[in-house]
Amino acid sequence: MQIVYFSSASGNTHRFVERLALPAARLPRGEAPGVPFVLICPTYSDHTGAGAVPKPVIHLLNRPESRALLRGVIGAGNRNFGETFALAARIIARKCNVPLLYRFELAGTETDIARVRAGLQHLEDMPCSMPA
Amino acid sequence: MKDMAPTRPVPRAINWNRVEDEKDLEIWNRLTVNFWLPEKMPLSNDIQSWSQLTEEEQTLTIRVFTGLTLLDTIQNTVGAPVLMADAITPHEEAVLSNIAFMEAVHARSYSSVFSTLCRTDEVDEAFRWSSENPHLQAKSQLILGEYDATATPLKKKVASVFLESFLFYSGFYLPMHWSSRARLTNTADLIRLIIRDEAVHGYYIGYKFQRGMARLSEGERQEIKDFAFSLLFDLYEIESRYTQELYDPLGLTEDVKQFLHYNANKALQNLGFEALFPDDVCRVNPAILAALSPNSDENHDFFSGSGSSYVIGKAVATEDEDWNF
Repeated sequence: MQIVYFSSASGNTHRFVERLALPAARLPRGEAPGVPFVLICPTYSDHTGAGAVPKPVIHLLNRPESRALLRGVIGAGNRNFGETFALAARIIARKCNVPLLYRFELAGTETDIARVRAGLQHLEDMPCSMPA
Repeated sequence: MKDMAPTRPVPRAINWNRVEDEKDLEIWNRLTVNFWLPEKMPLSNDIQSWSQLTEEEQTLTIRVFTGLTLLDTIQNTVGAPVLMADAITPHEEAVLSNIAFMEAVHARSYSSVFSTLCRTDEVDEAFRWSSENPHLQAKSQLILGEYDATATPLKKKVASVFLESFLFYSGFYLPMHWSSRARLTNTADLIRLIIRDEAVHGYYIGYKFQRGMARLSEGERQEIKDFAFSLLFDLYEIESRYTQELYDPLGLTEDVKQFLHYNANKALQNLGFEALFPDDVCRVNPAILAALSPNSDENHDFFSGSGSSYVIGKAVATEDEDWNF
């Protein structure tokens, strides 16, 4: 499964994606892949939840052709932010009506990597039934 | 007075419209929006809950909070100020001044809890305990030693991230534990605000550390990394003994240690390093995780197998304005 992700200069999500070792494009420079993809997105909100979804991700999802290829979203974050933990992924899942596939903290653990790899493989193998 | 020398160089007036590092502005905004004061928290709603704790549980709670007060005091008066001297940008210095002040607010907030819930003599005894407890003193000395050393700025940042992202958690465990049992829930709300702030501090200082590391040679980076892991080992040894002393009577030591391992790994990740403790010793009690981020788990995720059936929905059209959160 193709990955599209955003990671700021602190690089946690980038390190997670590197360990996944799957084809991946980093926003904002990475192009929308033109094939079905899963988005991995961290959260940068304050306690009100404002600004949770990074701007480059908003720009990507504002394009109908990109949105149509989005198969699911994986959230990165930190439980220490309480109610806003991985909020961006929850917002995107709701707004784009795609499943929230998984959530992990910071750069993820070995268990997170194994689960996401297995989950993405499963997603790849599944017959995709788009509702009419 | 004109001929008095030497004079300190006049700093450049800070221009927030010319930011060299976007993270400085991002974190400044985050910290200022997140600003809070303990006076706004309805701590007196916990009076009845406090009276339902056993005397042993009360003593433990007060001691844990004096330990946390000490770490906040160190970070307020020594940690953040020494980092300010190493700041690369004027904006970084300003962010660190915010961090320093919030640490003072945190330290002050434990006294708000005390004055609301506890007797003065109990609190005085606990502060005496904190000034004499060998483990608490040992970890403070290790951190202060790094702050005072003329060592590289990067080693001070390592010590600071370990304080912010690791050392607090032997203490934070307890209010999260009480909260998971519907005890001291207003105090837990206050602690969650502190946890949120410390997470931003650890993240930001860790980010500045990574920026500094990027400028070093491979050999220099390895030396700093070895130093970091060695300091973490030393701090972990002390934290283990501190945890045993505090939590053995309640039978919680093993549960707390899983939480310590988990947080040690997160501290390393803030520094851009890989985890130290394997996942099978980081099995944090789910009740503690839920207490850390309440109400964030309303939708179960798919890969964990707890979600409902997978249906690809029809994408709805969105506009830029839809994404103005």
